[in-house]
Amino acid sequence: MSNPAYGWRVDDIDTDEMILNMGPQHPSTHGVLRIELRTDGEVVRAARPHIGYLHRCFEKHAESVDYPGVIPYTDRMDYVASMGNSLGYALAVEKLMGIEVSPYVQTIRVIMAELQRIASHCIAVGTYGMDIGAFTPFLHLLRDREKILDLFEWTCGARLLYNYNWVGGVSHDVPDGFVKAVRQFLREFDAITYPEMIDLLIKNKIFIKRTAGIGVCSPELAVSYDLTGPNLRGSGPPRDLRRDEPYLGYENYEFDVVVGEGKFGPRGSCFDRNWVRALEMKESAKILHQAVDRLEKMEHTDVHEKVPKRVKPAKGEVYARSEAPRGQLGYYIVADGTGINPYRVKVKSPCFTAMSIFHVLANGMYIADIIALIGSLDVVLGEIDR
Amino acid sequence: MDAPSIHGRLKDRFGEKIVAFQAEALQPWAVVAPDVIAEVAVFAKSDAALAFDNLLCLSAVDYPKEDPPRMEVVYHLFSYEHRHKFVLKVHLPREGAHVPTVEGTWAVANWHEREAYDLFGIVFDGHSDLRRILLPDDWVGHPLRKDWVDPDFYNGMHVKPTPQMAERAMAGEKIGVGPFDFTPPNRHVDE
Amino acid sequence: MPMTEMGGLIQNRFADNLAFTTVDNVVNWARKSSLWPMTFGLACCAIEMMATGGTRYDWNRFGMIPRGTPRQSDLMIVAGTVTLKMATRLKRLYEQMPEPKYVISMGSCANNGGPYWKHGYHVLKGVDEVVPVDVYVPGCPPRPEALLYGVMKLQEKIQEDRVLRRRGETLGSLAGASMAPEASK
Repeated sequence: MSNPAYGWRVDDIDTDEMILNMGPQHPSTHGVLRIELRTDGEVVRAARPHIGYLHRCFEKHAESVDYPGVIPYTDRMDYVASMGNSLGYALAVEKLMGIEVSPYVQTIRVIMAELQRIASHCIAVGTYGMDIGAFTPFLHLLRDREKILDLFEWTCGARLLYNYNWVGGVSHDVPDGFVKAVRQFLREFDAITYPEMIDLLIKNKIFIKRTAGIGVCSPELAVSYDLTGPNLRGSGPPRDLRRDEPYLGYENYEFDVVVGEGKFGPRGSCFDRNWVRALEMKESAKILHQAVDRLEKMEHTDVHEKVPKRVKPAKGEVYARSEAPRGQLGYYIVADGTGINPYRVKVKSPCFTAMSIFHVLANGMYIADIIALIGSLDVVLGEIDR
Repeated sequence: MDAPSIHGRLKDRFGEKIVAFQAEALQPWAVVAPDVIAEVAVFAKSDAALAFDNLLCLSAVDYPKEDPPRMEVVYHLFSYEHRHKFVLKVHLPREGAHVPTVEGTWAVANWHEREAYDLFGIVFDGHSDLRRILLPDDWVGHPLRKDWVDPDFYNGMHVKPTPQMAERAMAGEKIGVGPFDFTPPNRHVDE
Repeated sequence: MPMTEMGGLIQNRFADNLAFTTVDNVVNWARKSSLWPMTFGLACCAIEMMATGGTRYDWNRFGMIPRGTPRQSDLMIVAGTVTLKMATRLKRLYEQMPEPKYVISMGSCANNGGPYWKHGYHVLKGVDEVVPVDVYVPGCPPRPEALLYGVMKLQEKIQEDRVLRRRGETLGSLAGASMAPEASK
C-alpha cells in the first residue's frame, strides 16, 4: 500500500489508545448515562458504563412510606411508561394479599397498559431515529403520542405520571365516551401513525444500513444477561409474559409475539430490537381493539370495589413480574406483617439488565455505532438507577 | 418440577448444606449454606432436570431484629426450558458479610451483586469488579441497611434538609417565579 | 456642500426604516428571542421538555433551538432530579456555558427535591444549592404549557436586564439565588 507520490505507507499511520468519556450530559445517552470508552483509533476496545447519576433511592422510599404511597414512586422509575410500572407493583401487592380484581378493572388495566406500550414505543423508536440522524420520525411519533397522553389526562388528570393503578383497582373509572375516543385513536394509528413510521424509518434504506449489522446479541448471551422484552425477542426467543404467564386475562386476547427475523443482517442486531418494538405497536393496537369491544359490553363495576381500606399484607414475600414495555419488570416485596410499610422492595428493572450487557456488545464497535447500540437497548435511566 | 421436588433434588446432591426449606410460603424457598452457593448455582444451571438458565433477581435484605441478626441474599431462579421457578436464600451475619459470587454462572449477577455491595455492604468473594455502582465512589456507608442514618452533608451539599430549607421551600423565595406562587398562564392574578 | 444638496441626499431616505431605541432594548430583545437551551434532560421532566420541543407545543416559536453542548447554549433547563453524584457535573456544565447564561429549574425535584425531600439520601435538595436559578417552574412534572410560561417569564426578566450595568454584577444571574453559603462550608 505504499504511495510513492507521498513517500509514506498507509501502514505507518499509527493509532493510539485513548480513553474517551461519554456523558453524563450527552444528547444521545437517553438521560444521564456515562460511558468510559477505551478506543483504538475509531474502534472501541472496551466500554465501561457508569450509572447512578439518577439514583433516587426508590428502595429507601418504598421502606419509608406505606404500600399505596409507593405507587407514585414506581411511576417515577420508568417515566416513559408509568402505567406499566405501577401495574407491576399493584399486581405484586395484590398477589401478596390475595386480591382478585373484577374483569372490568382488568380490562381497563389492559387498555391502559397497551396504550402506554404504544406511547412508550413511540418515544423509543422516535428517539432512536433521532439518535441515528433522522429527526422527522421523532416529530411524527411525538405528535401521535400526545393523543395517547390526552386519553390518559382525560381519565386521570395527569399527562406523564399517573398514580393510576392502585392496589385492588384503579384510581378513576374511564370517562364517558372513552371507548369512542380510543377507537378514534386506533383508526388514526392504523391509518397514519403506523404506516408512516414504517415508511419513514423502519423501511428507510439508510436506517437499515446503519443498524442491521451491529450490536448482534445471541439468544444464549441474552438469557445469560437476563435480557427481556423486545431486547430478548429481537434475538429470537418468543418470550412474552403476556403469553407465557398470562395476567390480567391476557390469555383471552389474540395477538402475535413479534420476534426479530434478521431480514437485513444477522438476527439479534440493533435493527431487530427496534423492529420488534415497531411491530409490537401494531400488536398492542390489536389487543386494544379487542379490549375496547369487551369493555363496551361489560357490566360496570365500581373500580374502587376491591381497594382495601388499609393495605397491610400478612407476613410473607413475593416476587411478581409483569411485561412492561421495556421487558420483564420484577418486584420482590417482603412484608413483615406488623407495619403498614413494606419491609423491603427490590425492583428488577429490565433496563438494568439491558445495560449490564452493554460492555459485551460494544466491544469492537465503531464509536459512532455506540449511539445506535444505546438507542436500540432502549434504556431509561430512571429505571436503571431507581 | 414443583418446589418440593426441586428441593429434593438439591438435597440429594448437597445434603446438609441445604439448611432449611420453607414449603408453605407463597413462593417456597430453600436456605443454602453460604460456602456452597456457587456450587449450588453451577449445579442448578447445568443439571438437565433443573436447568435454571435465568437468574431473575438477586436481592439483599437486612434483618437486624431477627435472632440472631442477619443479612439475606435472595436468588430468584427461572428456567426457560422447564418454566419452573425456585428461590434460594443465603443467611449471612450482619457484620462483615461475605458470600461467593455466582457471576460465573449467570452473567447478570455481576451488576446485581455490585448493587448489593453498594447498598448493603455485602462482599461477594471472587467478584471480578466489585465497586460501588449507584452511589459515588467516595460515599461512606451503605444506605439500605436498616441502621442507616442520613449524614448532614456530602461534599458540601445537604443530604438531610435543614428547617431553614423547609421554611424557604414552603414560603417560596422571592426570586423569579417562586416554587409555590405559580399562576397558570390562562388565569389572571386579580380575578 | 450646500444645505440644499445635503437635504436632497438624505431626504425621504430613512423615513420608513429609522427607529429610535435604547441599546438595552435592542440587545435584550435579541437575547430573549433566541434562547438556545442545552438539551439537559435528567429525569421525568426531560420527557415533558421533549414534548415541549416536539410537535404540539413547539418551542421553536420562541427561537429556542436545543443545542447539545454547553458551549453554544445560553439557557440551561434543569429538567429533573439532580442527584448528589450529578450535582458536581451540573455545576461544571453551568460553568462551561458562555455569559450571559440563564437557568430554569423545571419541576419540583429541581426546585427543592420534590417527592425525594425527606428520604432521598442521594438527592440534591434544590438545584439552587449549586447553580443560581432564574425561574422556577413548579409541577411534577410541569406541563409543557407551564414550561413555556416559565420561558416567557424568563424573557420578561431578560427584557428588564441592563446591558450597560454596574461593575461587579453578573448579567445572567442578576436576581438569581445565592450560592447557598451554608453549603460551601
